[in-house]
Amino acid sequence: MKLEQKEHLQQLALRVREHIVRLSTDGGCFTGASLSCADLLVYLYADCLNVRPDNLTDPTRDYLFLSKGHDVPALYGTFVELGFLDKDRLNQHLSTDDHIYWHPNRNVPGVEFHSGSLGHLPSVALGVAMDCRMRGQDNKVIVITGDGELNEGTVWESLLVASAHKVNNLTLVVDRNHFQANVATEDLIPLEPLAPKFEAFGCEVRRIDGHDFEQLEAAFSALPFSDTKPSVIICDTVRGRGLPSIEARADRWFCNFSSEEVEELLRELHSQEATTLTSETLTVR
Amino acid sequence: MTYEELIKETALADERLVVMTAENRALIRNLPAVLGPRFIDTGITEQTLIGAAAGLALRGRVPVVHALATFLTLRAFEFIRTDVGIGQLPVKLSGFVPGFLSDGNGPTHQAIEDVSLMRGIPGMTVFAPADEADMLAMLPAIWASPAPAYVRINTRPATYEHAPFEMGKAEIVAEGTDVTILTYGMLFEQTLVARELLQAQGKSVGLINLRSLKPIDEAALLEVVRRGSLIVTVEDHFITGGLYSILAEVLLRNQLTTRVLPLALEERWYRPGRLSAVLEHEGFTGQHIARRVAEALGESGATISAGPAVLENQFAE
Repeated sequence: MKLEQKEHLQQLALRVREHIVRLSTDGGCFTGASLSCADLLVYLYADCLNVRPDNLTDPTRDYLFLSKGHDVPALYGTFVELGFLDKDRLNQHLSTDDHIYWHPNRNVPGVEFHSGSLGHLPSVALGVAMDCRMRGQDNKVIVITGDGELNEGTVWESLLVASAHKVNNLTLVVDRNHFQANVATEDLIPLEPLAPKFEAFGCEVRRIDGHDFEQLEAAFSALPFSDTKPSVIICDTVRGRGLPSIEARADRWFCNFSSEEVEELLRELHSQEATTLTSETLTVR
Repeated sequence: MTYEELIKETALADERLVVMTAENRALIRNLPAVLGPRFIDTGITEQTLIGAAAGLALRGRVPVVHALATFLTLRAFEFIRTDVGIGQLPVKLSGFVPGFLSDGNGPTHQAIEDVSLMRGIPGMTVFAPADEADMLAMLPAIWASPAPAYVRINTRPATYEHAPFEMGKAEIVAEGTDVTILTYGMLFEQTLVARELLQAQGKSVGLINLRSLKPIDEAALLEVVRRGSLIVTVEDHFITGGLYSILAEVLLRNQLTTRVLPLALEERWYRPGRLSAVLEHEGFTGQHIARRVAEALGESGATISAGPAVLENQFAE
């Protein structure tokens, strides 16, 4: 990846994080869960997927399904920055005059399907991938799940079926930020070793640092990983990434900050040369 | 024409139609060879089945989805409500062996809250054909509609020549001045017998085959209510949320009340067995229905004879 492209993505991701922080007040939002997948969404929409504001009804576009719907602030921010969504609509967050709320819905341009109930969109994405294949189209169909979401049996059920039907145009991406809602995943329902679980379900798996654009590019540009298997990309990430004061904290899944706190967090966001934690140095707080 | 032949004919004429199943193939065994990739068997995975159907519908397909009615409506309920319902997607649910048709399976398999559950989903339509001919008359309109739909699949041979189907309209089999029986699904056959038995006793008996429970033919129900005679609701469903509830809602909405005898399952599952034995035990043969109606009319009903033997079910997975 060229340096200028990497810097461009970093700048985009920074602005997306600003949007997330600004949405974390007046009722709040799922701040920590959104910050962990901001880099992933920025990379996918800005640099990887064939989906733009002007091809949202084109059946040959790439599809992204956000199954961990509560990180939708990262999606709203990405959509604003890339021209899918009018920035003013974010001022309508949690207003009943608009449809900008805590989970995705199709009244927001670019959102392919609503979510919120965990473990649903792997199967919906499977249906879409099956249809693309039936029509001889080679669209990428990506579904992003949380890691806590992997507790839901339907994620695994969908992979069993996808694997049985050799749906190799389906890619499941895990935002592995190491937290359930309130508890570290490994303290509640341990997921590790995670990659072998997916392999055992018939998937081809890669594991990367989900905040590293070069690693993201290397993994996603290698899709599909197999001619016969669904692909899985485990993105190791940090909950709250970009804001050291809230990073990797169990109590920063959902945040509703005061306006003063928001200003302080925005200063913190911009004061960072690079964030303190990476998925490798992560210590769960 | 059979159910399978109707799907085949429809699918060959309309490439949007895809057939899906959670390994229930009793009625569709020959379709894989005909439909190729448009036949999708997800295995015993009702939730993934529905999610994938929603995905296919997002791409413009009309999935006709098969599973046992109880697992379809209960195991996958949240997927139906959340993916198909909120999405308002044209997914067509074919529920096998609903109500008494799961005869010998036992309570795990008894879909007797399916009407209640499905009609509770905004935008969902709900149908219960009286027999195979009735079902084949109804399905083309159901599949052509943009609405999500749940159908209580019923392949029992017809004992009545049905009128053409009109969406949202009940079939008025007969009008009567002493009593009107309202029913849907496989019990239509027994209410037809009950009507004959009661007519033989000199009663004037109306009979309506609802066909569609949502939308409900409110005009037909109100017409019966205005007649002022006893109304009997007959259903292989819990008393809560089915036809009796629908009638109560219609009455209240119109600030009306009337005398209603509900024949339904009250706060319990039914005793499993051969279909004839189930209907006998639970009091839903034509003879039982006729006697219960006669008693409600203040007569003994003891002289009401047995109707024809109940045709047993074929095992269907």
